[in-house]
Amino acid sequence: MPNLTDLSLLDASDGLRAGDFSSVELTQACLDRIQALDAALCSFLFVAPEAALEQARHADQILRRARRPGAPAVSCLTGIPVAIKDVLCVQGMPATAGSRILEGFQPPYTATSVQRLLDAGVVILGKTNTDEFAMGSSTENSSYGVTHNPWRLDRVPGGSSGGSAAAVAAGLCFAALGSDTGGSVRQPAAFCGVTGLKTSYGRVSRYGLIAYGSSLDTVGAFARSAADLLPLFTTMAGHDALDSTSLPAPVPQIDLGRGDLRGLRVGVPREYFIDGMQPAVERGVRQAIEVLRSLGASIEDVHLPHTDLALPVYYLIAPAEASANLARYDGVRFGPRRSGQDLLGQYLETRGALFGPEVKRRIMLGTYALSAGYYDAYYGQAQKVRTLIKQDFDEAFRSMDLIACPVTPTTAFGIGQHGDDPLSMYLEDVFTLPANLAGVPGMAFPVGFDEAGLPIGMQLMAPSLGEAALFRAAHAYQSAIAWQKERALS
Amino acid sequence: MALTLEEVRHIAQLARLSLSPEEEARFQVQLSAILDYAARLRSVDTSAIPPTASVLPLDAPLRPDEPRPTEVGARLLGRAPEAAEGMFRIPPVFP
Repeated sequence: MPNLTDLSLLDASDGLRAGDFSSVELTQACLDRIQALDAALCSFLFVAPEAALEQARHADQILRRARRPGAPAVSCLTGIPVAIKDVLCVQGMPATAGSRILEGFQPPYTATSVQRLLDAGVVILGKTNTDEFAMGSSTENSSYGVTHNPWRLDRVPGGSSGGSAAAVAAGLCFAALGSDTGGSVRQPAAFCGVTGLKTSYGRVSRYGLIAYGSSLDTVGAFARSAADLLPLFTTMAGHDALDSTSLPAPVPQIDLGRGDLRGLRVGVPREYFIDGMQPAVERGVRQAIEVLRSLGASIEDVHLPHTDLALPVYYLIAPAEASANLARYDGVRFGPRRSGQDLLGQYLETRGALFGPEVKRRIMLGTYALSAGYYDAYYGQAQKVRTLIKQDFDEAFRSMDLIACPVTPTTAFGIGQHGDDPLSMYLEDVFTLPANLAGVPGMAFPVGFDEAGLPIGMQLMAPSLGEAALFRAAHAYQSAIAWQKERALS
Repeated sequence: MALTLEEVRHIAQLARLSLSPEEEARFQVQLSAILDYAARLRSVDTSAIPPTASVLPLDAPLRPDEPRPTEVGARLLGRAPEAAEGMFRIPPVFP
């Protein structure tokens, strides 16, 4: 029998359906690998072995029935072990959002994105680590420990979905869900050398996603390749009556194609190749763009002139929305409570004691940006400049099908490297924030390694609801040059 | 320094956060640096630009507002730190 955790998701699915091995065996292989490796990685906050094996036994029954002659086909996700970022609610498991203010919280319902995967037969291994309330770029802001990058344990996995990215990269699961508000799927995918999808705003229901910045939040996913990622996307996507911001657009049947990109117009924005970026990253991304050209894509310069304003816009709008969303954590309805002498005192003490430093910083920043006398100068102006950033993308996508650029200026940085300097950490997000402000989808995938052995990521962005083009182009690249077959900790 | 210590305390009160003196001093420095950085937005002429609050089309469809049974409601009180008689229990608003 092959080493089961080395298989791609689709190969594991084929093996399950052929009866080469069972979902219980596959799930046990993941649980054993978690047991062996995750003490060093800290990618999981909660593992549910019994529940996972129970789901696997159920999946095996379905798979057995599906092998009978004439039986209807089952989802290729049936029996596949996955992990869920701990900002998505799964009934029966805790949901902490990486915060002590939700310590012990048991959500009363399951997120729509997760429920659709469960309905397709996935096995949920557990919940993965995250920066507190998804606020961060390194997973160092989790209140429950720092996740380590599987390629080099002294490096961060990126964030905020660093636990999910590290778990997939280390072969602890075949896919994982994340959320992306400013790059929280794409940046850790790049740092951990896996394929990560940020969906179009409104494409996947946010019901059951613990809110951070509501006009920016999206549910996304990680797998080892675009082909492995595709069934997660098509299973999760689509309108949900429980989320008024979910779009009623039909979910396309995506044909990954045969690697021929002729007719595809790819724009390369010069604003995404900046002074001070790591030379190996620029080199790796430019080489990958040449691969797309060799597959038939036409490569052209494109301009996104307001790119450098995305960072200040994001760090006013996202904290403003967060300050409102996080007002609900007051020790009244859920989570632990710290007592004060009256109701106001209870609010002040509960929130002061149980929010971590980055969450407090963003609540403070957002409260200031929304406060009387400063609203127009900060929040109002940021919303207007957001319009300019969105118009940049509208204009670029009039003549281009995709935009290709780096995910990050550097490969994974060291744990502790940004110390107590929040602004320098925010600058890590410079290439991922614009997609969230414009609401467009993006995909990150590995295109090589730097001299330290750390993965380099490339980002593709498409017009809203244009995920199909992301999948086809990334799959064509991965069919030509198989960086995704490199394994950390193998 | 864009923010005074008094402003930091005022924002913390608005945000319902009790801060230690060390946190107040650190946030004064850090938030000032972030706001200084954000000040570059002021030089952008947006006099003719409408704000974007959401990227969704404005004609997002509405569903009929019909009451339906749910099991979630009954589970909610069980998540509260303190509940009594079918209600969340809180300390006195006016001590």
